[in-house]
Amino acid sequence: MSSIGRHLDRSSAGWGTVPPAGWAVVADWSTMAGRCLRLTRRNLDAILTSLALPVMLLLLFVYLFGGAIQTGTRYVTYVVPGVLLLCAGFGASMTAVSVTNDMTGGVIDRFRSMDVAGASVLAGHVAASVVRNLASTVLVFGVAFLIGFRPSAGPLDWAAAAGLLLLFILAISWLAAAVGLLARSPEAAGGFSFLIMFLPYPSSAFVPIDTMPAWLHGFADNQPVTPVIETLRGLLLGTPVGASPWRAVAWCLGILVASVAVSGVLFRRRTA
Amino acid sequence: MAGFDVVADRRQVRRHIGLTGQFAAVDDLQTGEENLRMMGRLAGLPGREARRRATELLERFDLAEAGRRTVATWSGGMRRRLDLAAGLVGRPSVVFLDEPSTGLDPRSRQAVWEVVTELTGSGVTVFLTTQYLEEADRLADRVAVLDGGRVVADGTPARLKEQVAGQRLDLVLADAAAFEEVARLLGGRVARRDRGRLTIGVATDGSAAQVRALLDEVDPARWAVDRFAVHRATLDDVFLALTGHPAEQPDHDHENEQGKEPANV
Repeated sequence: MSSIGRHLDRSSAGWGTVPPAGWAVVADWSTMAGRCLRLTRRNLDAILTSLALPVMLLLLFVYLFGGAIQTGTRYVTYVVPGVLLLCAGFGASMTAVSVTNDMTGGVIDRFRSMDVAGASVLAGHVAASVVRNLASTVLVFGVAFLIGFRPSAGPLDWAAAAGLLLLFILAISWLAAAVGLLARSPEAAGGFSFLIMFLPYPSSAFVPIDTMPAWLHGFADNQPVTPVIETLRGLLLGTPVGASPWRAVAWCLGILVASVAVSGVLFRRRTA
Repeated sequence: MAGFDVVADRRQVRRHIGLTGQFAAVDDLQTGEENLRMMGRLAGLPGREARRRATELLERFDLAEAGRRTVATWSGGMRRRLDLAAGLVGRPSVVFLDEPSTGLDPRSRQAVWEVVTELTGSGVTVFLTTQYLEEADRLADRVAVLDGGRVVADGTPARLKEQVAGQRLDLVLADAAAFEEVARLLGGRVARRDRGRLTIGVATDGSAAQVRALLDEVDPARWAVDRFAVHRATLDDVFLALTGHPAEQPDHDHENEQGKEPANV
């Protein structure tokens, strides 16, 4: 009986005082990330998409298309970075859909009525997105090893490659959050996957750019996915990278900063 | 609000209120326990305390058995109870409930009423809106009647009833012609009409003198009124008298505010 209304003991319980904003935001953020991961785990479609599809894509490219594509190396070795970015695209579209679901559902109203930092809601989605993507990345690497992927990278190269992948995943996860805020329905947010998943194709991910028609070279050379692919390939296989790492990092940071800023504005507008 | 400025102390205000809307604001894919634990963490409770609070609320709202199943498998009434519990996780001192009993089964409605009574009993201010005037009459210490977005009356249910009229005189008429005639004579004073039962209700203070005068006024020839009965007025009568239209019309809202401490909203 008294359990519900026992509000008068708040001061003695010690959590009546407001913790410092910084700490509270981190606590809210980890709660939100836990929530998003739990929701992912309960969603069988999401698990299949984020884990099975990348592996299927890898096998598809290596065994169905790979025989016909000449890249100068074993195709599995050539294609792994491309498949990784393709997966990140899938992961991002899932993030966009779950952000839209939240914004159009009732639960966001409850968060708004509580002392919860708005940023932690989005950052929770992004954190879950990064975790999902890392899981699928590890899986793709594992399967790639099984079917003959033999990179020549040393520990430093691996660390650098992992860092760049993480940065790319983080950047497009925030981009996905922004798209999720922009979309008015989960279906619309899902359409975003089409755009992001298409981006690796006109790049050096699956076939060398010089095999494409000349008019496509300008786009393929200068779009964000190409420098990321070239850098990953360089780090893992020891091929020359030129200016690609700088361009890759610049693209990722640019997308990240712009997406965080845009989502901040959109979130305030949607919840105003 | 709860002693805090709603603009300057926004965070403090949010820490002291609980809000439950008309639609369940919980995650379908989390279990009831997980939902409450999450709300507890967001309300600033440490992990163990949040777990304890979740268990406590699930038991209180008769949801302990279902607590480990995902909310997607729950009935509508259970979700609404969970939603109500979620609003109380942080032990708010002011609770807002937007039509908490609309569309609920009798058992869940009873649970909502019990909770509101408990909350007010322990000093929490509950601000609830409802379309059911009977609910307001039963739960509220203070009622504000809204009509077209404006507060048209404000006070305790008893005072509101007195203000309008303490009693209602129901006249049972002899036939349809008498019904029409009396309705025409009373005009705007008709508080309730039931054509099927040939009954017209009119506000009165319940004194013999007034009842006699009313009967003489509407039925000088002493044939139109078959029988009459005097009832204690309900909030429906108050609403009718205040707004000039029946409470069943959809364009009104009815709000009541209650608690030991009056809310400074």
